[in-house]
Amino acid sequence: MLGVILALLIIPLAAAVACAVLPGPAARRLAPAITVTAGVASFGLVLALLPAVAHHDLNYLSYLRVDALSEIFLLATGFLYAVVAIYTVGYAERQGHDSRYARRLYAGLNLFAWAMLAAPLMSSLALLWIAVEITTIVSALLVAIEAVPGEEGDGAAEAAWKYVLIASAGLGLALLATVFAYFAGAQVLGEHYNLAIAPLIHVAARLPATPVRLAFLLALLGYGTKVGLFPVHTWLPDAHSEAPTPVSALLSGALLATSFYAILRYYEFTAAALGSGFPRDALLAFGVASLLLASLYVFGQSDIKRLLAYSSIEHMGILAIGVSFGAPVALAGVLLHVLAHAAAKGNAFMGAGVFLVKYRTKQISSLRGALDLLPWSGPLFLLAIFALSALPPSGIFRSEFQIVSGGLSGGHYAAAAVLVILVTVVFFGLTTGCTRILFTPAPRSLSAAAAISRGEPSAWMVVPAVAGIVVLFVLGVHPPGELTGLISRAVTQLGAAR
Amino acid sequence: MDPTQAPGVYEGVANVIAAVMLLIEFGLLRQALARDQIRLYMAQSALISVLAIVIAADRNLPDLYALAGLSAALKVVVVPLVMRRLLGRTGPEEGEEAAGVAGSQTLSPASAVLAGIVLAAVGFFCFGALKIHGPAAPALALALAAAMVLVAFGLMIVRRDVASQAIGFFTLENAISLAALVVASGLPLILETAFLFDLLVAVVVFGMLIRTHHGRSESLSTSDLTRLRG
Repeated sequence: MLGVILALLIIPLAAAVACAVLPGPAARRLAPAITVTAGVASFGLVLALLPAVAHHDLNYLSYLRVDALSEIFLLATGFLYAVVAIYTVGYAERQGHDSRYARRLYAGLNLFAWAMLAAPLMSSLALLWIAVEITTIVSALLVAIEAVPGEEGDGAAEAAWKYVLIASAGLGLALLATVFAYFAGAQVLGEHYNLAIAPLIHVAARLPATPVRLAFLLALLGYGTKVGLFPVHTWLPDAHSEAPTPVSALLSGALLATSFYAILRYYEFTAAALGSGFPRDALLAFGVASLLLASLYVFGQSDIKRLLAYSSIEHMGILAIGVSFGAPVALAGVLLHVLAHAAAKGNAFMGAGVFLVKYRTKQISSLRGALDLLPWSGPLFLLAIFALSALPPSGIFRSEFQIVSGGLSGGHYAAAAVLVILVTVVFFGLTTGCTRILFTPAPRSLSAAAAISRGEPSAWMVVPAVAGIVVLFVLGVHPPGELTGLISRAVTQLGAAR
Repeated sequence: MDPTQAPGVYEGVANVIAAVMLLIEFGLLRQALARDQIRLYMAQSALISVLAIVIAADRNLPDLYALAGLSAALKVVVVPLVMRRLLGRTGPEEGEEAAGVAGSQTLSPASAVLAGIVLAAVGFFCFGALKIHGPAAPALALALAAAMVLVAFGLMIVRRDVASQAIGFFTLENAISLAALVVASGLPLILETAFLFDLLVAVVVFGMLIRTHHGRSESLSTSDLTRLRG
């Protein structure tokens, strides 16, 4: 299995380097093929890890570790990497930029995916921090990639600056958390240890309480900045709406989850050291606040990608609340939610990207009649929005059902009720915005003036969305036995921490 | 540590260095020109390296000498050089101050410093009350590092130009390095080095984005970054 893990660390990086160094015309021809191959191969490698990880943890070279929890986040990132790689071929073709842009986009995309795949593979909290920091740096450049010099009202540069400054400051706090986690561990394990998670959990009962508590709060606030938890979410809607659409899909489906993974790691050892009461209370407060914010802001958004970004804040809030319930069924729901949200949000952003290519605008008021004009992407987008709103039979329905039932069975009636009410509010906000795009017929003037004809821009942009819907359906109707085994192992890991 | 007992030499040096670094942070808060901000940042970074050497000698940790050297090379030489070249290129003429940095304060220097004092006091007393200290952790230096973190956040908030905000972030990193040296001096060198290279990459990215920004608006001021809200 060491070979598989090393291949997972090498292939995306090699693809990024290859895309970056290829000369101009060759980059345009070869970079798409390299990226698609790397994406699909990485997902294959993640799947190859699944049978082994479902039974025991894998530790290699003292800095690499894959357990059930990390495998779940690897699955989410690996899947999105593969579908987004395919989607990007169509997107870059239709956006019609020069070969320099294509080279940067493909190289950046592979590097971004590499950092996100590396984060869950790290056995040490310090290396985890470094991987998350690299995701920030790479994705900030990707957000700025469509910035046009000298153009008035261009938001990409503004969004990238806001993102890099706020996320870096947040990660500064996360670094401070790493330092205090080290300090707490050093009291028991001695000065020279590498902040590996497993030994830290092993001696958790003997760790000093104050540094552990401080480390958890700083990690929650610091990594929470990248998760998009209120009140440190302010970069998120801007970066998601201004980034190229394939990047938005990865940001929302994979990056937020990877950052949440970091929080879960801190949760794991904090709960083992102090009991789960304290970290759960903290997560509940952040989760409810984020959900409330999202439910207020989904109304009145005029930009389709911003609307989806607020939906991401909603789902991250649901994850935080789910963990705060603490019941095994709720934790299983949270982990399933990570996978289902990756597929659904990836699909929704890819649909928004098709609209962007077709109509040349992100403004909801200018997007009309999509169900007529886009015979495939229209219905697929509708299904993605329904999935995001947790309608059955999507995987998100199953995961949210588990989270709520875990909350009720644990006696968290008020929090569960708030969750259901706010999710319903978001459902209204999301569906009113999106169904208007699909079902309101295009005014004659619009279709005539812009000469928008019926048809899909590119088959490359449809195939990944079909794959996403299939995954959502499978997760909702009958998750494969291996996956449920993996999830219950991860739940034991998180629950055993108590 | 018994509060009535005088601190040892190592603790005394660590505390003095932390206090001077905090004072430099205040200097940054009121400094109007980017050139001078970079100079202050260099001084602050040099102090970090000195502290690393002191700790290395006191606690017999040879790794820390290497770290001190690397940190000095990076933060005293490379980062300021990169920032200078960047700002030099954005200036109207060679060696002149770039547009948008001077006068970017949202508060008058007096109010900014006053706000800084409040932030520093909050950080200092809150962390002091936590009473975190091990064999290698002078509680005072840690509380000063916490104060510095908050003042660095304040610096990023009260300035409305990209250069000062970037320098605010770099000094935030200095404050965290201070805390790390005080409570986690035994952290393996490979991890410390990785943190430093991460900083270098961050500097390059900040630089590229500052150039993009300047290319757009011919100024380093962020006052026109108002389109994205809500």
